[in-house]
Amino acid sequence: MTIDDVNKLATLARIDMSDAEKQEFLGNMESILKYIGQIQEVSTEVLERKVGDVYNVLREDENPTESGKYTEKILAEAPETQDGYFKVKQIL
Amino acid sequence: MIDLKTLTIEKAHQALKSGEYSCRDLAQAYLDVIKEKNQDINAYIEIFDDALLQADKAQEKFTNGTATLLTGIPFAMKDNILIEGKKASNGSKYLEKYTAVYDSTVTKILKKEGAVFIGRTNMDDAAMGSSTQTSYYGPTKNPCDTERVPGGSSGGSAAAVAADMALVALGSETCGSIREPAAFCGLVGLKPTYGAVSRHGLIAMGNSLDQIAPITKNVRDAELIFETIAQYDPADSTSRPQEKRVIKKGNAKRIGIPWHLFEEGVDPFVLDNFKQSVEKLKSAGYDIVDIGLPFSKYSLAVYYIIMPAEVSTNLSRFDGIRYGYSDQNATNLLEVYKRSRGIGFGKEVRRRVLLGTYILSHGYYDAYYNKAIQVREKITQELTKAFETVDLIATPTAPTPAFKLGEKMNDPVAMYLMDIFSAPANLSGVPSIAVPSGTTATGLPLSIQFMAPHFAEATLFEIGKKFETI
Repeated sequence: MTIDDVNKLATLARIDMSDAEKQEFLGNMESILKYIGQIQEVSTEVLERKVGDVYNVLREDENPTESGKYTEKILAEAPETQDGYFKVKQIL
Repeated sequence: MIDLKTLTIEKAHQALKSGEYSCRDLAQAYLDVIKEKNQDINAYIEIFDDALLQADKAQEKFTNGTATLLTGIPFAMKDNILIEGKKASNGSKYLEKYTAVYDSTVTKILKKEGAVFIGRTNMDDAAMGSSTQTSYYGPTKNPCDTERVPGGSSGGSAAAVAADMALVALGSETCGSIREPAAFCGLVGLKPTYGAVSRHGLIAMGNSLDQIAPITKNVRDAELIFETIAQYDPADSTSRPQEKRVIKKGNAKRIGIPWHLFEEGVDPFVLDNFKQSVEKLKSAGYDIVDIGLPFSKYSLAVYYIIMPAEVSTNLSRFDGIRYGYSDQNATNLLEVYKRSRGIGFGKEVRRRVLLGTYILSHGYYDAYYNKAIQVREKITQELTKAFETVDLIATPTAPTPAFKLGEKMNDPVAMYLMDIFSAPANLSGVPSIAVPSGTTATGLPLSIQFMAPHFAEATLFEIGKKFETI
């Protein structure tokens, strides 16, 4: 792994990081990847994953919440709203 | 004067029922200790200003005859469990100002019982840590030795109970985050079967691993809370329907011990103490058998692949748009994302999101994530197989006693290793309980953990209660 890889990861993850922290992360990754890399030793036979009993985990689509019931509470957490919508900064 | 040190749920219930003291008196007794100790210990991020009002409401249940065992019982709640109208900051800067818009299912259940929420407890930032040192609100100290960590990530919950700042607490565990702090603070910690307790309203970390559960002073209290909160919840798709829970009863006789897992990396005090515990169990009539769990050796490595992968996916919801920290100096959308996350996430969180992004990226996905899924399956199979011949598996809970504040902060792998014995239960979904097993020469708590088959919590409570008497 190189510092370019770390830059790419930070961009993919949408996280601003200082150069010093990126360097530190690069240093950490060596020991972390060495530790998790242990699993490569385990025999790589293709495993058939046993699936438990399959059943529907979705509830019936009934008794919907009254429209707008929580809108105010939820929007109150947002930094910017307009006319009952979340407002975002310029996209392009 | 209420003797908080020896108080249990059942004792408190008797006293509340007989009118020896009121729910308000009980809550006030804990608030008095909090006033004296919390500034130093930092177990709570916030003490709820309506705690006494909640107690008065609970008292009504005693008056009108609807009180249950948990009515009026003071609970400390981990800062990632939603209570409507209260802040839930997840130990982070990102959610510092976030107010929960709904109750988690466990909150709803406990409110119905009339439990009293004293406050929300400190935790590692976004539950990522094993010592409560990554919290945005500063570290929590271990009440048994204030120069040491209480464990983590549910360190605030453990410290609150250990210092008599709450009778009991709820924490959450993704890998060891209840059992390890319970061990470090001389308490009982339960990791229930995956799917036993609803996670609706728990701020997610690793969805295939997370569970909510109690931290208590004794096994019976943990049992009472578990029995109340372990309910099927249609709002959590991983919650196991009641009819599909094959509840296994107690009566355990054979305990398997994977000695080969502790050959290295375990503190000699911990190992000696564990051997003594095993001797005690032998004398109490249990059959002790040596078992091999060759794949479980890789549990923590598997965990440190699956967890960051799930973390990086889960935390994508923190985008600076809908709630939580948002950097308003940014001029476009991409900058809002990057700056809000860069500033709002703590260092360990940034590290794990990047690690997860790497693990899931093209070219590494098969080598890490898919491989880890396979080894996880092997671990589950090997535990299931072991439980065909033994009723329980015992190991030390953590490889060392509580370490000093400041330690291991610059060595992520050394910190991660604190959860080495926790990982098999989380990965396979089986339940596990940590029970105090004595102290070191200098008085630091030590702990033994038992694992049992899926939905065999009753077996864990049975052995736990037995172990407390031997």
